[in-house]
Amino acid sequence: MRYAMVIDTKKCVGCSDCVVACQTENKVPIGYARDWVVEVTEGTYPHLQMEIRSERCNQCENAPCVRCCPTGSSHYSTGGIVLVKPRRCIGCGACITSCPYDARFPHPKGHVDKCTFCDHRIKEGNGPACVEVCPTKCMYFGNLDDPGSEVSKLLRQRRYKTLIPEAGTKPHLYFLT
Amino acid sequence: MKSRREFIRISALGLGGFALAGGAGMALRTALKNGMPEAAGLTPDLTRTPTYCEVCFWRCAGWVYKDSEGKLWKITGNDDDPLCHGRLCPRGTGGVGMYYDEDRLRTPLMRTVENGKQTYREASWEEALDYIARRLKEIAAEHGPECIALFTHGSGGEYFSTLLQAMGSTSVAAPSYSQCRGPREVAFITTYGQGLESPEITDIRDTRCLVLIGSHLGENMHNTQVQEMSDALEKGATIITVDPRFSVVAGKSKYWLPIKPATDLALLLAWTHVIIAEELYDKEYVERHTYGFEQLRAHVRNFTPEWAYGITTIEPVTIRRTAREMAAASPAVIIHPGRHVTWYGDDTQRLRAVAILNALLGSWGRRGGFFMPDRVQVPHYPRPPFPEPARTWREAFPERYPLADLALASGICEASIPGATPECNFKAWIVNGTNLLMTLPDQEQTKEALRSLDLVVVVDTMPAEITGWADVVLPECTYLERYDIIRNSPARNPNIALRAPATEPLHNTKPAYWMAKELAIRMGFGDYFAWESIEEMLDWQFKELGTSLEEMMRTGVKNYPRNFDDLYFADGQDIEFYTNTGKIELWSTSMEAAGFDPLPVYTPHEEPPEGYYRLNYGRAPMHTFARTANNPNLADLMEENDLWVNPVIARMWGLNTGDYVRLRNQDGIDSTFAIRVRVTERIRWDSVYMVHGFGHADRRLKRAYGRGINDTELMSRVHIDPIMGGTGMRGNFVTFILDDKGKEARS
Repeated sequence: MRYAMVIDTKKCVGCSDCVVACQTENKVPIGYARDWVVEVTEGTYPHLQMEIRSERCNQCENAPCVRCCPTGSSHYSTGGIVLVKPRRCIGCGACITSCPYDARFPHPKGHVDKCTFCDHRIKEGNGPACVEVCPTKCMYFGNLDDPGSEVSKLLRQRRYKTLIPEAGTKPHLYFLT
Repeated sequence: MKSRREFIRISALGLGGFALAGGAGMALRTALKNGMPEAAGLTPDLTRTPTYCEVCFWRCAGWVYKDSEGKLWKITGNDDDPLCHGRLCPRGTGGVGMYYDEDRLRTPLMRTVENGKQTYREASWEEALDYIARRLKEIAAEHGPECIALFTHGSGGEYFSTLLQAMGSTSVAAPSYSQCRGPREVAFITTYGQGLESPEITDIRDTRCLVLIGSHLGENMHNTQVQEMSDALEKGATIITVDPRFSVVAGKSKYWLPIKPATDLALLLAWTHVIIAEELYDKEYVERHTYGFEQLRAHVRNFTPEWAYGITTIEPVTIRRTAREMAAASPAVIIHPGRHVTWYGDDTQRLRAVAILNALLGSWGRRGGFFMPDRVQVPHYPRPPFPEPARTWREAFPERYPLADLALASGICEASIPGATPECNFKAWIVNGTNLLMTLPDQEQTKEALRSLDLVVVVDTMPAEITGWADVVLPECTYLERYDIIRNSPARNPNIALRAPATEPLHNTKPAYWMAKELAIRMGFGDYFAWESIEEMLDWQFKELGTSLEEMMRTGVKNYPRNFDDLYFADGQDIEFYTNTGKIELWSTSMEAAGFDPLPVYTPHEEPPEGYYRLNYGRAPMHTFARTANNPNLADLMEENDLWVNPVIARMWGLNTGDYVRLRNQDGIDSTFAIRVRVTERIRWDSVYMVHGFGHADRRLKRAYGRGINDTELMSRVHIDPIMGGTGMRGNFVTFILDDKGKEARS
């Protein structure tokens, strides 16, 4: 089982609902965020193109943060989700430096924090909070190893990209373009 | 208080002034710091409480969850709600921040004079309500009860409106009419005999072509519409966006028409020309349902795309192509009527052109166009009939705004200034949930009215610009801490929703229904609030609707089957429209009778002077009105507004992204604070853009104070629509003041 998130940049309006839903669901302290919205505009007025992406931890299959963690706090969990064990984390920040996506932050409680794909919700059969709140329904979550899953179907039917593929991290966050 | 009131920053009270009376209050404050619920006497539970959102007017239904410690945790959408389908927008999701905002109003405040200086002192509810009731009675006796007005933009308006009507005043105004959607309601009523309601009856879900003209759907996060637009996009619908700014939805559109600001009516007339000249209109529909087609054909004969090109800067080929695209999708096409359409003072005429274009394409009453709504009739809890008012708000303007069908907030404001109208009509205001200083343009007029009144009562959850002008400030608890009226929204199917308190009110705050009832009892109008408790009133209403408070606590939302008819007109059906002719009036007989152009006429608008740029403003998805900038969760998403500047203009002025500038408008009015520049290709060189609702001047709003600019203070030139009194606010021009460049916000 490999969990993945597929995000349709054609539908995303960049409203940041995913950000605030994550913050309330996971009690992320004000001033910090596990996910965020990026807007890229290209061209000169009036010949313009824009892409909006909801970004977060890429849940890499080949995760530099797991490899570099000196205490084993950063680890792979069920379905390839990369998690941090807060009690084991010494807050050294090696994982923050090694992450090409800048997806991790030092939590005020002293450990490193990041997106968990809402693993606590997945265990109960729900989707991540960001996916389930999105008003444009531009985010999808599921198992890449199941060819019948919505994420697998979308990746077969649509053009997509991953972020910084040259880093060789094999991200599980896909953006439909 | 007869002395001319001045604005007092509530912060002038100092810290001591905010200590709560009594030990219980202090305990609560301490508890809040450490995680409040225990002291509030809440039992920890994981139950969810039904609510509907009050962060914006859309009122999506949701659930409020508490965590294992009994602390408010999160709000999610209600799956059964036809407005949100289980998905709230960022404001609704961030609604918890309203509760946890530590800057909330905490206890009643009364204006007083100390050492010759006006200030506030804390008061008990008894004292504050006694005072208001006494003053209202005195004012009603001296000037007539119709001299008391209510401004409202929240659920509490219902209760204060009952109180006013019991007294004999019908002057209840919401800025959502004359500052927002009024022109389109009048335009559609004069055309179809029916308005667009709220939420709008646009059938975006099934549309094949959505035309947005000056409407940035997605940035104005009107939940149902955004969800349906996304569905329509997925099904391959075409979006045509007309906007001088490259809005988010422009980036998703098949066609983006970067129109010169203030020329939209010319484009609409040119589209109408193409659709008639190329015979693309729905002939059967026009023949059967409309009145005045031949006059319209003659009227638009010369409004060619070439004519419009010189005005709008949109190329004729694009105008023709987009008109054909609309016609190809007809009748599943929507020329969206928009919201916040008060721009240039000829807004009713522009929206008439929108209504006409829809009629030509046969979209009204058709799938993918505009559906026919249905709603529940919620009975009133038994109460005596209201007395007939001696005068209505309309008599303040005997000759003006003949087609306005609701009270004008700006009009009542104007009529509160002695000498401004033949007879000054208003002496007291109750203001509930609307920050008028940041909502009404022409701040000087608003301040003059506030100085002239005998009594100003402000009911709100937060300190704001308007609370500083109150004689009495009544702290309302947030929507998460109270019951409220039954939500009853027009939609494809009738539906109702319940708001119940998820927790006890924090501090010394109270629900508006309690305040209005207490005032009514003191004034001898208790019969109009004859229920023992609000639960009793709601349960009685719910039982009349075939359910109960107990059931609604479990479901939150109840959907009903439609009472009558279909969502759409049947083919070949003859329809009686509620217009003078019984037809869709392309040529408007009521506009003609009132002395206005029966067909929309394009008039050019003023251009910016040298070195000045048109001030355009709009919405961001995470904020609403001028009410959310201090919400900790929403401020975390966006803490100040940016000034969008085209790179060409930025180079001329030496501006870089991140610089702070102040703005000066064409009348020499300077912004109080500085705004951060964002250099972007997404805006034309003749205008600048900012999100509305920032630049708060009340220091008590610790997060929002001095962050960004308040666009309203730069709107001194207001173009009032003579037809219905809408206040056109896009006719102001600004230039840059560079003194603050490089400085932080908060001057």
